[in-house]
Amino acid sequence: MFRRIASANAEMVMIEVDGVPVTARRGESVAAALLASGLSIARETPVGGVPRTPYCMMGVCFDCLVTIDGIGSRQGCLVSVEDGMRVSIQKGRRALA
Amino acid sequence: MSAAPEIEHVDILVIGAGPAGLAAAASTASAGLTTLLVDENASPGGQIYRRITRSPFVDAAILGDDYWEGRPLVADFEASGAAFCGETQVWSLDATRRVGMSHKGRSRFVQAERVIIATGAQERPFPIPGWTLPGVMSVGAAQTVLKASALVPDGRLVIAGQGPLIWLYAAQHLRAGGTIEAILDTTPRANYLAALPLLPQFIGSRYALKGARLMREVARKTRIVRHVDALRAEGEDRVSAIRYRVGKKESRIETDILLLHQGVIPHVNLAMAAGVAHRWDERQACFAPVLDPFGQSAIDGIAIAGDGAGIGGAEAAAERGRLAAWAAIKALRPQVEDKVPPVEEILKALAGAEKGRAFLDRLFLPRKQFRVPVEDDTIVCRCEEVTAGAIRQAIKIGAAGPNQLKAYLRCGMGPCQGRLCGLTVTELIAAERAISQDETGYYRLRMPVKPITLGELAAIEPDARAVSAVVRE
Ligand code: FES
Repeated sequence: MFRRIASANAEMVMIEVDGVPVTARRGESVAAALLASGLSIARETPVGGVPRTPYCMMGVCFDCLVTIDGIGSRQGCLVSVEDGMRVSIQKGRRALA
Repeated sequence: MSAAPEIEHVDILVIGAGPAGLAAAASTASAGLTTLLVDENASPGGQIYRRITRSPFVDAAILGDDYWEGRPLVADFEASGAAFCGETQVWSLDATRRVGMSHKGRSRFVQAERVIIATGAQERPFPIPGWTLPGVMSVGAAQTVLKASALVPDGRLVIAGQGPLIWLYAAQHLRAGGTIEAILDTTPRANYLAALPLLPQFIGSRYALKGARLMREVARKTRIVRHVDALRAEGEDRVSAIRYRVGKKESRIETDILLLHQGVIPHVNLAMAAGVAHRWDERQACFAPVLDPFGQSAIDGIAIAGDGAGIGGAEAAAERGRLAAWAAIKALRPQVEDKVPPVEEILKALAGAEKGRAFLDRLFLPRKQFRVPVEDDTIVCRCEEVTAGAIRQAIKIGAAGPNQLKAYLRCGMGPCQGRLCGLTVTELIAAERAISQDETGYYRLRMPVKPITLGELAAIEPDARAVSAVVRE
């Protein structure tokens, strides 16, 4: 949904999104990395099963919820990417582990 | 500034590292009070100066001077000796000023002599049909990823709404090499007339010249449609077009990304849950906390500074931060009061920064139909997917206020805890029942104001108070 503009301060890290390797800029949020990934990143809501993508990017809307390193429903816009992070897109209601 | 220390007790806890929080923390720490500043983001700056200390930008001109003006604020803070803890979510605050906070999946409590809430603003909900579709975002969201990650929307872009942020973002986006299909300006014709008497005040303010310059910069390169009075985002799995109306004329533009914005409102969740009284502010059409002139609430030792106390902009926020700090210093260290800038100076600077605000408030007061959805299929509560039609129906059969609505529809009970529907629900009920917003009230908010897992709660080391509450000798 977004593209990166040329920038010199670009130290990149690798994360994994549903098993697909994705490059991200160090220090950016997981949600930003997803928006720039070119992948289809819409989660499916637990209530109506409809697709959603991040809306506010400042911790307010909770439409950026993702599973990060096995922990579900984290606000992707508030978590910084880290090398090797594994992210998965949530589809529907999460199972109680 | 030192790295996240395990402080259990501090003189001053400042929540939110935007201009208000940075200025407050710098002042109290400089006066010798132990000060901890926490923020949800990794680095200080808040939304307005987002990632200013670690900007990805090489070309400073793209974001513009107003953004870089945040630098001295951060520098003063860093030199002050205050501690900063980023990626920290405050999830509870009570009248004893015991504050629960979570950092990287671990929670702890901090006891503070004084708390300064500087959680700032959020964008006003903009409930139009289709605003939940993928590809629809707020203008603030797009600006955040521009500042923090140097990202621009890919494909066709339409911006709809009103307010200074739209023009600022549009200008930044164009400078970054982006294009815009159209800006659909929803400022009502009548607002220009209503704001006219306030214009002389505004002309002399720093916003006037800058605003005019920005609008000209954008208008040169972008199609602008004025006086838009209805919007509908269309699409199946994602937004594909925006339909809009000007007077009787309907039109449609295809787009890949739609950005919405109609101003900002105080982010009330933490303060309300802590028990700070709020009142409807007619001029800004939102709830704002009841505070004394120094930002102090009726709860002893809890103050609110910055846009969370009522929208005033970045410069006013910093002054209000200093004001709250001044009151805290006076209360805790009266002996150093003469070493901090006199309060008259802060008040004067605040008055200067607030100059022209009344004009902006009046000019950009959103049209009623964009605050209270007309069309029944508009989703109001995004989390529980509750429509305006369902809410109207529930009101008809007896839901008298926002809290009853929860029982009828689960409205406001999703993870965002009413942040994106609370205001709409209050205004909708007030309109349907022909009562005031104050009489209608707001959702009753409770801790935790941010979701944390039970496991995280259980893992907190119990203090003596917690142990004595459950252990019997
Ligand atoms: S995008 Fe809104 S909370 Fe993360």
